[in-house]
Amino acid sequence: MTALSKLLKTTAFKLAFAFFVMFAMGSVLIIAFIGHTVRQVLEEENDQIIQSEINGLAEQYGAGGLERLVRIVERRSIRPGALLYLVTTNAGDKLAGNVATLPTGVLDHSGLVETPYQRNEENEARHPALARVLSVPGGFRLLVGRDLEERGRLAHILNRALFTWLGLLAAIGTLGGLFVARRVLRRVDSINAKAITIMNGDLDGRLPVTGTGDELDRLALSLNTMLDRINELLKGLREVSDNIAHDLRTPLTRLRNRAEDALRGSKTEEEKHSALEKVIEESDGLIRVFNALLLIARAEAGDIHESSAEFDVSAVARDVVELYEPTAEEAGHELNIQAPDNCSAFGNRELISQALANLIDNALKYGGAKIDVTVAILDSGVEVCVRDSGSGIPLEDRDRARDRFVRLESSRTRPGFGLGLSLCNAVAHLHHGTLRLEDNNPGLKVVLGWPTPVGLRRISTILPAAE
Amino acid sequence: MRILIVEDDPEASKYLVKALIESGHVADHASNGLDGYALAQDGQYDVLIVDRMLPKMDGLTLIGGLREQGVQTPVLILSALGQVDDRVKGLRAGGDDYLSKPYAFSELLARVEVLMRRRGATSHEEMIYKVGSLEIDRLSHKVLRAGNEIDLQPREYRLLEYLMKNAGQVVTRTMLLEHVWDYHFDPQTNVIDVHISRLRSKIDKGFDVPLLHTVRGAGYMIRDSA
Repeated sequence: MTALSKLLKTTAFKLAFAFFVMFAMGSVLIIAFIGHTVRQVLEEENDQIIQSEINGLAEQYGAGGLERLVRIVERRSIRPGALLYLVTTNAGDKLAGNVATLPTGVLDHSGLVETPYQRNEENEARHPALARVLSVPGGFRLLVGRDLEERGRLAHILNRALFTWLGLLAAIGTLGGLFVARRVLRRVDSINAKAITIMNGDLDGRLPVTGTGDELDRLALSLNTMLDRINELLKGLREVSDNIAHDLRTPLTRLRNRAEDALRGSKTEEEKHSALEKVIEESDGLIRVFNALLLIARAEAGDIHESSAEFDVSAVARDVVELYEPTAEEAGHELNIQAPDNCSAFGNRELISQALANLIDNALKYGGAKIDVTVAILDSGVEVCVRDSGSGIPLEDRDRARDRFVRLESSRTRPGFGLGLSLCNAVAHLHHGTLRLEDNNPGLKVVLGWPTPVGLRRISTILPAAE
Repeated sequence: MRILIVEDDPEASKYLVKALIESGHVADHASNGLDGYALAQDGQYDVLIVDRMLPKMDGLTLIGGLREQGVQTPVLILSALGQVDDRVKGLRAGGDDYLSKPYAFSELLARVEVLMRRRGATSHEEMIYKVGSLEIDRLSHKVLRAGNEIDLQPREYRLLEYLMKNAGQVVTRTMLLEHVWDYHFDPQTNVIDVHISRLRSKIDKGFDVPLLHTVRGAGYMIRDSA
């Protein structure tokens, strides 16, 4: 595609062309209207002049007869810029006047008539004229007329003006259109060029923004925001695959070693059996990790609206606490819950349960002797909070703790894959909420909060009060 | 018991057929949805194991078609899609149970056997479950061991009720989580084991014949050893 044809194809140029056509049509209409009006005015004026002249001459005739009429006509005929005069006999012979020839039949016409004529002194082309014929008693005829050359000139001027204007308009339109098109094209081309480099792998590149705030800027800004979001997701994805490569390699190696070990050497039936059981255990752990990763990925990418419903957060929290209560007791931990009687919220019950289970699980593993679970209704939504009395997480590690596969104890001696908190974080995101890690002095306080639709909130805040 | 496996992965289906035969069942195999549909239509099987994604006719369509034809054979859906939404869709289509891949064979076997028993059971549910000297009344929620009343927490009662309903069958931890707690996720710690040992201490303690057994590598079972 050549540069010109590209330019001609731009929306800006096409718009300029459309405007040109519209303006041209408008101009033609205006000038035609002006011409028409002026012509009408002129015609009326001519008619009046002719009429009054005829009236005057008729009076002269009444006062001094034909002779006086002829004399006056002859005198007036030779004045510069004179009207047209002709006095004839009934047979059509000219007695006086400045009209040389007329088409036949004009003199028989009564009333206003438009006709070509030729003046005495000129031997050139005929001119159009507007004339009126008066039959003078005694068989004579008097014609008074006015040259219409002026009207022709007017039409000529108007035509010239129109065409000059159209020409100018076309020139300005084309140039302006090309100018605007080129400007827009240049910006679109620069955006395009950048987009191509981004497509070719420069994922950190962003579209140019000029700062004028025009529509192209706004488009570029939204596209840049979109690119940011895509980049974020990509980064997450890359992180996951990196983590999978790093962190799943260990359990996979362990799995392989155990299987190899079971095959090697002379083993008793029982030893083989227990080795295989360990293999299965190890692979079950791996399956769990994959499930958690899938859930996190889905939570970070997707929408759970379909499987969401209104549910009682307090009841869910009590259920999860009840599930863990015997385990806590056996480990010598104290697990308490405080929740309002009715705490309706909108969300995915299963995912919230799972997140809460993870939090309690973490607290049991790392948290120390006393664990408190609370549910609170806020103006903005619902908050589920798990507090423990363990060593907590240092401030600088708290952000990192929510990432996948991050395990804060570097020895990695305790069980787990470091997915618990990142799963909770993903569940919070999925509910448009947050997962906050705070200090419990001593211990860790984890708050999972998410907003509730306004209508629901009203019900949930009214209900406990009504009791 | 006759089991039909509709699964397109030859490796997986070969393994399943072999393992089910070793467990004492008769297993047939269809490798696509249409063949599976044709085989399942006459209702001669006790349980169908249907993969969700199949060539020619997908698993959910197959199940829907069978149910429309009035074939009530219990169906266990196998799927690589394990999210809550997927499970709900599967059960809504007419499946009786849902197991996401990858699964442990012991899990699959336990579920298949529970499904088969459900098919054999009479339609009206018994009001009293009885295993050995243990007895529960499902109306009054009263639990008796050798005539003495045992006091159980509501959740413990539901746990026992589910185990008694499937007496003589292996019940996995996942099945307990699904049916007693209505959770479809796997808590990382074996919380179920602790609940079971609590229940065991209430119903078996002080009796010579234990009724609540741990099945290694699979789950639990209530059975009268005598």
